[in-house]
Formats: sequence, C-alpha cells, structure tokens
Amino acid sequence: MRHIISILLENEAGALSRVSGLFSARAFNIESLTVAPTEDASLSRMTIVSVGSDDVIEQITKQLNKLIDVVKVVDLSEAPHIERELMLVKVRAIGKDREEMKRVADIFRGRIIDVTESTYVIELTGNTAKIDAFIEAIDRSLILEAVRTGICGIGRGDRILKV
Amino acid sequence: MLLTGAEIVIRCLQEEKVEFVFGYPGGSVLYIYDELFKQDKFKHVLVRHEQAAVHAADAYSRSSNKIGVCLVTSGPGVTNAVTGIATAYMDSIPLVVITGQVPTAYIGQDAFQEADTVGITRPCVKHNFLVKNVKDLAETMKKAFYLAQTGRPGPVLVDIPKDITTHKCEFAYPKSISMRSYNPVVKGHAGQIKKAMQLLLDAKRPMVYTGGGVILSNAAESLTKLVRTLGFPITNTLMGLGAYPATDKQFLGMLGMHGTVEANMAMQHCDVLLAIGARFDDRVIGNPEHFNEESRKIIHIDIDPSSISKRVKVDVPIVGNVADVLDDLQKQLATAQSHSDPKALAAWWQKIAEWRGKNCLKYKESNDVIMPQFVVEKLFEVTGGDAFVASDVGQHQMWAAQYYKFDKPRRWINSGGLGTMGFGLPAAMGICFANPGATVACVTGEASIQMCIQELSTCKQYRLPIKIINLNNRYLGMVRQWQEMFHGNRYAESYIDALPDFVKLAEAYGHVGMQITKPQDVGPALHKAFTEHKNDLVFLDFITDQTANVFPMVAAGKGLSQMILAEDL
Repeated sequence: MRHIISILLENEAGALSRVSGLFSARAFNIESLTVAPTEDASLSRMTIVSVGSDDVIEQITKQLNKLIDVVKVVDLSEAPHIERELMLVKVRAIGKDREEMKRVADIFRGRIIDVTESTYVIELTGNTAKIDAFIEAIDRSLILEAVRTGICGIGRGDRILKV
Repeated sequence: MLLTGAEIVIRCLQEEKVEFVFGYPGGSVLYIYDELFKQDKFKHVLVRHEQAAVHAADAYSRSSNKIGVCLVTSGPGVTNAVTGIATAYMDSIPLVVITGQVPTAYIGQDAFQEADTVGITRPCVKHNFLVKNVKDLAETMKKAFYLAQTGRPGPVLVDIPKDITTHKCEFAYPKSISMRSYNPVVKGHAGQIKKAMQLLLDAKRPMVYTGGGVILSNAAESLTKLVRTLGFPITNTLMGLGAYPATDKQFLGMLGMHGTVEANMAMQHCDVLLAIGARFDDRVIGNPEHFNEESRKIIHIDIDPSSISKRVKVDVPIVGNVADVLDDLQKQLATAQSHSDPKALAAWWQKIAEWRGKNCLKYKESNDVIMPQFVVEKLFEVTGGDAFVASDVGQHQMWAAQYYKFDKPRRWINSGGLGTMGFGLPAAMGICFANPGATVACVTGEASIQMCIQELSTCKQYRLPIKIINLNNRYLGMVRQWQEMFHGNRYAESYIDALPDFVKLAEAYGHVGMQITKPQDVGPALHKAFTEHKNDLVFLDFITDQTANVFPMVAAGKGLSQMILAEDL
C-alpha cells in the first residue's frame, strides 16, 4: 500500500539526513521525499511517499517519531487529503509538434513558462497520476528533460498538522 | 564572567556531578584537557585505546545507573570510539560522548585528523550535536545529558570544534530542559494496565519474559514483588539477567538461542505472555513465524513504542517506564476482584517441572580436562554469587550467563545487542570505577581478550583488581561450534595458533598470571586469586576442553521449541 507520511521537524542542519538515514538503515522504501521550511522558519515540513504493508508503515511512523528532531508525524493517506506534485518538462517544439505540444499542455492545464525557437518548458501540477498521464499523452521522444518534485500533501478540512 | 568553551565543557561536567571521564587526549581536545588538568572535581581515566574508553564508560553506567562520560579527539579518536558507541546504542546504555573536531573553518577541507563525526555516528547514537557557536555549548551539553538518560536511554554525542573551545561567552548552565520534539512517556495507560491485569488473572499457562529494560529502569525489585505475588514462571533475556533472582524457584533460567528447555518451552506454550522491557529479537524468540504457530495473548510493556509489535504482534501494548507500569500493575492487582485459577497454575507448573527434569544444562564432567562450564560454576561458588561479572562475546559469554546465577541487577555486564568482542576487559575497568572495593571478574576467551588486551596497562595504572577468567580453548569457540554443526567440520580460520604466554604477558604488564590445566586445580586457583591476590589483577588462563559446545541451542531460523540438546549428539 502506498502511504503519504507528513513530518514536522526541527529546521536544523542534519535533520534531513537523520530521516533519510533511518529509511536506508531500516530498509524502508522511499518513493519520493520533499522538504522545505514552513511559515515558521524553525520548522521544516517533509512529505514522504512510501510503499509498504500496514505493519511496515506503523514501524516507519514509530521510528520517525523516535528521532529527536522530529516534532510530529502523520500518515496523510489515512483520511481525505490532497496531494500535488510539480513537474517542469523541457520538450522539443518544432514544426507540427510545436502546436501539438501547446494543445496537450492546455488540456492538462499546464503552462508554458519558457520558450525558445525549438523548445518549451512546461510547468504542470497535479497528482502523480495526472503527471504520468501527461507524459503518456505526448510523444516521449520529444522530452529533452523532466524534473518532478515528488508529492507534497495536506489533509482536507479540519485536519491540521501543526505544533 | 566570560569562560572559554573548554572551561564551559568542564563546568558542565561538574554541574552534572560527573565522577569520572574516560578518555584519550589529542590535538582537537587539548584545550579541554588543559582545563581538565586545572580542576579536581572529577577524575580522568586514561585508557590505551578509545574503544576501551567508551566500553569502560558504558560499563560504569551499566553497573551503577550513573551516566558514563567519555572524551576523545577528532578523526581516529572518533572512529576508534565508534565500536564502543554502537555497543552502548544496541543495549540502550546512557552515555555522553564528547569528541573534538577540527576548527570550524577547516570542516570539510579534509583537514588533518578530520572525520565527519556527526555523519559517522548518526546511525549508532540516540542523538548527536555539532556545536557551531560557543553560546550554544552549555545548553547542548545539558541536552546531551537529558536525552541520554530519559526515555529509552542511549549514547548522545557532542562534537566540539577546536576553535569553539577557545571562544568565550558567559556561562549559565540551564536548570532544566524542555524540547518540543521530545516528550518521553512515563506513566502507562491505566485502561491498558487494567486489561493486562485481567488477562494475567485469567491465564491458565502464564509466562513472564523480561529484558534489559527492567534493569535500565531499576525495576528489579518491583518485578520480583509482582512475579512472586502472581506465582508465575519467569525468564530473563541475556540482557535482563539479574532482574529476577536466578536462584529463585520461579526462575526458569535464560531463554533464547542458548536458553534452557524449561524457559523456551514455557515461552512457546504459554497462553498469556507478559513481556517487559524486552524486544523479541532473533536470538530470543528464534523464527517469529514458528513462534506465532502457537496462539497466545501478549502483553508488552516498553518505553519505546517502536519496540512494540516490531517482530511479534502484541495484544495489549503498554507504553511507559517499566518501573512505573509495574508499580501501577501491582496496585491494581491488590484491589482485583478475581484471582488466578490455582488448579490451572499447578498443572502448568507440573508441565514446567517435566521440562526442568531434562536438566538441560548438564554437561559431561571430566577428571582430565577442564570443562569451561565447570570453571564458571566454581567462579560462582568462590565469589558467593556476589561478583560483578563482565564478559566478552562467544561461548564463554553464554556459559557465564547459563552457569553464574545472578541474583541482583547490574551485576552481569555484557554486550548483548552488538556482540562486541573486546568489551570484557574495559567493561571490568568501568565496573571497578563505579563500584570501588567490589569483586569484579571478567569472563573471557583467548580470542576476545586479545581484542582489547592493551588495557592491562590501564589496569596497572589505576590498580584495578580485576580477575580475568580466560577460558582458553585455542579456538574461536562459537565460530568453531557453528562450523562443526552447520559447516561440515570445516574450521575455517577459527583456530588460533601462536597464542601468547598469557602468564608472562600478565607479568609483563605488572600483574599476576596463572595457568591452570587440571580440573582439580580450578577451585584452588580461583580461591587464591580472590583471597591472597584480592588486590591484584590476576590473569587466570584456564586451558579448557577444545570440543565443548554451548547447549541447548536453537539454530538460526529455527523455532524456540526446536532445541538441540547436548544429549542429542
């Protein structure tokens, strides 16, 4: 089962490596990991996507909670939540592909944010499935470079992860 | 008044009422050593290798419940210390390790004696810090002592760059510390404790299984009281020996890979299992799938939630400090309406008596060659069962655990989790410092002892009257045992040729050496060592049977009830 684990941790040097070190030391799986400071600069918020049985996910959350720098841990996927990922993709855009690429980007509500005579950079946000679908929808040979942030997520409604 | 970083380190240690710092000087910690030199509130113990400094500090803590402190220099000082730190971490021993670091401006420049200390030690410490500003130093030290000793204890490392030890600031030692990200639970959930009590009272075939957590939480007395009230059988893990008196009739001996038949069978066949401060590890329950083939209700008390339901699913988890939870359980028991079923309990004890009847620790006695088990039995006799026993790792460790009956906690000091050869002698040193005047034995083998043999020099310097019980079988005994049983008698590199003359070696270091080759000399030699040479370090080199194996044995991957007994072979 795929789980989205949200972590609030002290924004201190080495905190990220404590988390990533834990995952490798205990052979837990990481599909993606994103991290950045929150509105409170003393805290970072991390979102980890991991795949594992319920027992494994339970161990992951317990082990994360044990890290001294970790303030709070929640499994977002236990309840309604929103997840988004950002992709920047540089594609070849010449000849008939130029128009086609713009059309597909529009359909996926992507934005073209950099243009040259032969390339576009398209910015696309959505859940993982949507981003995957976009990649499927365009001619793969036209992708020059793609970069994805990995999932960041938040609970719906009154569910709040805060100190 | 402004103090330098080095002065602050010393002041912090004084504030924490530290008695001993185990360490080894070097370039990055010279300012700290300079300040250490100028004070007399605590003493420094100079070891001969940093690994030994950490083991000694570790055993100082294990044998006394005081915190161990060590001080080493950057680079190789730290990398040498890592084995000691990992040893303490695996057994949850509270330590503060202070390490020197190259000056801040040199960090990352591949400077002389530079190592990424925080990076290297991260996986084997409870937490670590790199101090980048002298203003943070006092608070960081306070945090280190707080973190090491609260919750599930463990080693905490403070890495201090050399320039920080010269920078100055006002010194104020925080009275207390609170961290929003760290709030260990102490009290167990009352509802869960009630549930546990009901399960225990309804049990037909109950069993109590306790580990190092009981020792760490100083709960031996509470445990003994509770188990006697309940009248249940009890077993201790290797780390938990001494938590319940081993000479008591309710004690079934140690369980696990080299546990007794009665302990392992009762563990496998009980209907309610009370697990306290233990973690169901591979050496204890063997194959978890085999363990789960029998259905039983499990109550698990532990301070660390991540230890609960890690290898075995439990029915009633209780997170809390073992001592507090046991006291609460005892209180609830006093007011309980129902009682255990005496008939069922008697039948269960009857079954246990049958298993006990196997007399699984019986070994082949000999008049010609010294049996290692016999040496441990004699050691128990001669010391009146009242010694502190440090051990190394291997067959001798298991024999010490099986044949020395520990009635008190913090008397059996061994590296259970990491299994560190070389632990024994420095550990015995740590015990001596924590318990002046106590009888201290180090049960070891000719292979393990050579992994920290240089500490004989430290023992001389501080006049430590350790009795080294060297069970010398000229083999890496446990390796040889596995090779005999599972690798077709191919003894790959497990034979130790060219051993030193241990008697001469001991004498070279200024100690007393004895070699014992005949069974009838074992008792007298031990007696002589513990009386006539009470105040000397005595190296007793027992030339033992080369073929002796540790039984019972649960082979790796097998279930607890699938033991191999001495009589099977």
